[in-house]
Amino acid sequence: MSGEVRFMQGNEACAEAAIRAGLSFFAGYPITPSTEIAESLADRLPRVGGTFIQMEDEIASMAAVIGASLTGAKAMTATSGPGFSLKQENIGYAALAEVPCVVVNVQRMGPSTGLPTSPAQGDVMQARWGTHGDHPIVVLSPSSVRETYDLTIWAFNISERLRVPVILLLDEIVAHMREKIIIPEEVSIEVRPSPTTPPGEYLPYAPLPGSDIPPMAAFGDGYRYHVTGLFHSESGMPIGKGEKAEHLLRRICQKVERRRAELVRTQVENCEDAELIIFSYGATARSALRASRNLRGRGYRVGFAKTSVIWPFPAEALREIAAGAHTVLVPEMNLGQLVLEVERALLCQCQVLSYSRVDGEMITPDEIERRVLEVLS
Amino acid sequence: MSYWQIRLAGEGGQGLILAGIILAEAAAIHEGKNAVQTQSYGPESRGGASKSEVIISDDEIDYPKVTVPDVLLVMTQVACDKYAKDIARGGVLIVDAGLVKRLPDIDAKVVASPITETAIACSGKAIVANIVALGLLVELTGVVSPGACEKAVLARVPPGTEQLNKKALEAGYALAKHAVPCQREGGR
Repeated sequence: MSGEVRFMQGNEACAEAAIRAGLSFFAGYPITPSTEIAESLADRLPRVGGTFIQMEDEIASMAAVIGASLTGAKAMTATSGPGFSLKQENIGYAALAEVPCVVVNVQRMGPSTGLPTSPAQGDVMQARWGTHGDHPIVVLSPSSVRETYDLTIWAFNISERLRVPVILLLDEIVAHMREKIIIPEEVSIEVRPSPTTPPGEYLPYAPLPGSDIPPMAAFGDGYRYHVTGLFHSESGMPIGKGEKAEHLLRRICQKVERRRAELVRTQVENCEDAELIIFSYGATARSALRASRNLRGRGYRVGFAKTSVIWPFPAEALREIAAGAHTVLVPEMNLGQLVLEVERALLCQCQVLSYSRVDGEMITPDEIERRVLEVLS
Repeated sequence: MSYWQIRLAGEGGQGLILAGIILAEAAAIHEGKNAVQTQSYGPESRGGASKSEVIISDDEIDYPKVTVPDVLLVMTQVACDKYAKDIARGGVLIVDAGLVKRLPDIDAKVVASPITETAIACSGKAIVANIVALGLLVELTGVVSPGACEKAVLARVPPGTEQLNKKALEAGYALAKHAVPCQREGGR
């Protein structure tokens, strides 16, 4: 533990970690409460040889990120609810064209312009299904500044390795909160698979034998190929409906599905003998942890669990964690979104209850404790 | 005391979010403790309610917000009226005497000091009122050492303003020495 000690915001940690992960291109359109990410990168990225561009809007930012990634750059954008809505079309393009990219969405109260400076967790379903059609996506949600640092690096690694868009779903609390963190000395950095065949033989969407991920050539390296939002053959050229189209859709979705087990990251405390488990994510997990510890201290058999990966949802892991519980309570700053997935995972296993707050304030440990005591009485 | 809850409240433009950051950094970086700073503010860059909260602890901090402040600094009447009731029994309420005229009847030590006036007197600028307030708060409560506070101030303020801010901080420390509690003593 001899790394550098810093006191920083979640947004700053995201920017720092992105550079550490190898970010070399950022395009964005600043929006509260994500602005500090763009602000930090406007200052820091050019100093390390990268490019920062403030685009005319969020749609163009997402397009620029895709273009940059196709040239081999690790690329990212950052936004909040209204901007995240605008980026959806191009997120779908990145999913189908298998272009690695990291999209940060710092959640604020919506819909629409909403409450621009107030926290929420209302974009859980949008992060999964915001763009149309079946598509692969990975969504990560941190609870602390240090976890923001770690998950940002992981987001790049997953995105590069699987060639999928990865959404880093922050909330206003974690994004603006400042905490002490020790910057890890060693981090593992991954890069996208690159082709070993010469340009003349390269098929841009043909996975290598035994793999489901095609090697990706960088534009400008002599590999000429076609990239499209239409369904395409292994050569990259458009195709019509039929078996090949189905094969492509199944392959890109299974890139994530087949790796569900390695995309599990949970934190669990006092769940072995718990009759009730408080399950949460993001900033709300901090209140859930406090509440569970307070209740344990008073002799209640209450456990705490949180997930850092929202999608794919860790259903299997949660079933094991909650094996002995009669109730799982899911506090979240929305009208009940991730709780739907918890219900699906624990169907017939135990009772699942939602605890919602949508007034733009963080859920407090007190109110979770009161709800738990109501359930246990 | 190993768990401090501190709330700084006023309006946008008074620099209270920065004051909170500096206080937290004094504890986290210069005294090796854990600290979390959060904030709440409106869409305006000046005016509108602004609140900065700091928790300082020897242990891990999970819930990051302040619920019952041990120390409450208020720089507007609105903030005083809104938050004074939250204060811990025997806590410390610090008000800018020039901006807050009606004091609450609470079970806490209430200190009314001319914070903004002192900032103008020592530097000609109201903009350093946040640093004067920080000095006053640190000297009154001992939540961090004056040395750690000074290091944190100098590390955060814009280059070229170090002397100005140091003067403001010292004016805050001096203000504490002359501060007389306005009401009955609280619990500590």
